[in-house]
Amino acid sequence: MKFTWFNLMPWPYLPDDFREKNRSVWVDIDQKLFDPVKSHEVYNTYLDLLEYAAEVGFDAIGCNEHHQNGYGIMPSPNIIAAALARRTKDVGLVVLGNSIALYNPPVRVAEEFAMLDCISGGRLIAGFPVGTSMDTNFCYGQIPALTREKYQEAHDLIIKAWTTREPFAWNGRYTKLRHVNIWPRPIQQPHPPVHIPGGGSVETYDFCLDNTYSYSYLSFSGYIRAKALMDGYWKRVAERNTPDTSPYRAGFAQTICVADTDAEAEKLYKEHVDYFYNRCLHVYPGFADAPGYRTIKTIQTGALSQYAPPVGGYSTLTWKDLTEQGHVIAGSPETVRQRMEELAKSLNVGNIFCLMHVGNMPKEKCMYSTKLFAEKVMPKLRNVFPEYANDERFWCHPIKQVKAGSLPTESKAMEIVGAAR
Amino acid sequence: MALELKTVKTHKANVRYLEGGKGQPLVFLHGAGGALATDVFINKLAEKYHVYAPLLPGYGDSEECGEIRDMLDFTLHTWDVVEALGLKNPIMVGHSMGGMIAAEMAAIAPHDVTRLGLICPAGLWLDAHPIPDLFATMPFEMPKLLFHDVEAGTKLLTAGLTLSDPKFLQTYLVTNARQMGMAGKILFPVPERGLSERLYRIKAKTVLVWGDSDKLIPPAYAHAFKKGIAGSELVSLPEAGHMVTIEKPDQVIQALGRLG
Repeated sequence: MKFTWFNLMPWPYLPDDFREKNRSVWVDIDQKLFDPVKSHEVYNTYLDLLEYAAEVGFDAIGCNEHHQNGYGIMPSPNIIAAALARRTKDVGLVVLGNSIALYNPPVRVAEEFAMLDCISGGRLIAGFPVGTSMDTNFCYGQIPALTREKYQEAHDLIIKAWTTREPFAWNGRYTKLRHVNIWPRPIQQPHPPVHIPGGGSVETYDFCLDNTYSYSYLSFSGYIRAKALMDGYWKRVAERNTPDTSPYRAGFAQTICVADTDAEAEKLYKEHVDYFYNRCLHVYPGFADAPGYRTIKTIQTGALSQYAPPVGGYSTLTWKDLTEQGHVIAGSPETVRQRMEELAKSLNVGNIFCLMHVGNMPKEKCMYSTKLFAEKVMPKLRNVFPEYANDERFWCHPIKQVKAGSLPTESKAMEIVGAAR
Repeated sequence: MALELKTVKTHKANVRYLEGGKGQPLVFLHGAGGALATDVFINKLAEKYHVYAPLLPGYGDSEECGEIRDMLDFTLHTWDVVEALGLKNPIMVGHSMGGMIAAEMAAIAPHDVTRLGLICPAGLWLDAHPIPDLFATMPFEMPKLLFHDVEAGTKLLTAGLTLSDPKFLQTYLVTNARQMGMAGKILFPVPERGLSERLYRIKAKTVLVWGDSDKLIPPAYAHAFKKGIAGSELVSLPEAGHMVTIEKPDQVIQALGRLG
């Protein structure tokens, strides 16, 4: 299994009465709640935590893309990934943005991902989300009913730009370019592995299967509720006579909190889980799903937006509800191991996006939980899918890494320059 | 006489339309909410005119048309419908989004429209009077944007709505996705596609009808349209909101009578 340590980068200072006084954490969130001076420390702590996860042995570290969002202060995932590329070695970089319909022209994504792949030495795992309706339609103004067509065209252009070795013209509906000739291009050939976040549409299943991309279900409601959706995916895999059912064809995001004992987990993490589910997910329903954003087929499958809160709202869910229903996997290393194994086997998922930083969790607790997971849980889950141990199609392929800090001492440099003079 | 729901074929789509009444031909273009055969306003129009009310693709039971994407497509599509119906120079009337399309039609083919009725049309944007985001508005918030008499409007809009029933909800969401998804192509995220730069081309005798209490497209827009269309007349109706066609149907029809 592949474990990616993920941080949504929530703003940790939403007030206690946030729900009562604000209609949404997203799109029209109160500007005054963001403090740029405090954010300096928040950003750097979050980057440190990502680097720490790399040190303790996670396979990858990950970032994503949200706009005007109180639980994700990462509108540009590439900036975060660039910072991580320089400060880490050998760890995969999962960048589950760029929402490619938002970039004009989309070759910008081809270029920046190529830069990330080159700087990191082939460690990029590229994500191409359509983006939520909040991000794509309400914040970035894309016309809902045309978003998918624009996304598809952007995808085709990016892949062609990555894989074509001579300049070409692109006469698209949404982008027209006379000379496409990206420079640089990615290290990984024919291009970096691609992961596609999806929310249950058959079109997206097929898109992943056609292109050998990994399908990621990024839910906050946990693995038990995800079963129906992932079963739909595997059913489609079977219907299409796909040659294999490799678990690496799928990814899943799960909130995880580890402590010495189950009781300690509740004591340490309850307030931060509450903060996330009750404050961070407080999205105004009017922003959840602009009409036309989801296809008719998807609506007919009954897959409602995950931003539509459960009946009664999250605030009614206790720690017991959240953990028993699987929204959150929390407890002792053994409890977490059991449940993670259940997750992996029941969903047949090999790529786990571990949401180890939750809500307003302070860095010390996050380090503790991360270290316990890396040392006491991860090693015992490595071999859940032995028959696919060598399936590298959906993962990055780093080259020999050059370390940052390659400069000689100044005197050595002067000596060499002197000799050359 | 009851309105009939019929189909006419254009180059791009099979278009559903309501037809009824006797008199001068009048084409009525519906707003983002669509039009039903039971629509009181259209039925009243049909007492005086020979009314044709085409549904945009995706509205009602009509098939969707992915090839219609931008303002020019909407404008030419509706001209295609007029042509397919065999009409020459009908009275063109549109409400809200329909008014935006009718105005575009009159601007793009100024010699083919000589009588134009715009009922609180969309299509302009004034920074000082931002139009609320219809696409982020929950059903229960709609009445206060749409009606002068919010209580009566609420009763009208929520009659028969049982959103707690999952099956009903799914049908509701599909209808909304089809209709508002289509409308979004010219109304999202800002309901403006350059009409202000084309209004000068309109040669039609134009009557603007506006509800004084319109909270969706406030009356400031009436004046902007009046200024943009040479010789246009404005009829302001008191105690009426954006759904002036529901709240004051007779007065709207009376105002359209000025077109002759």
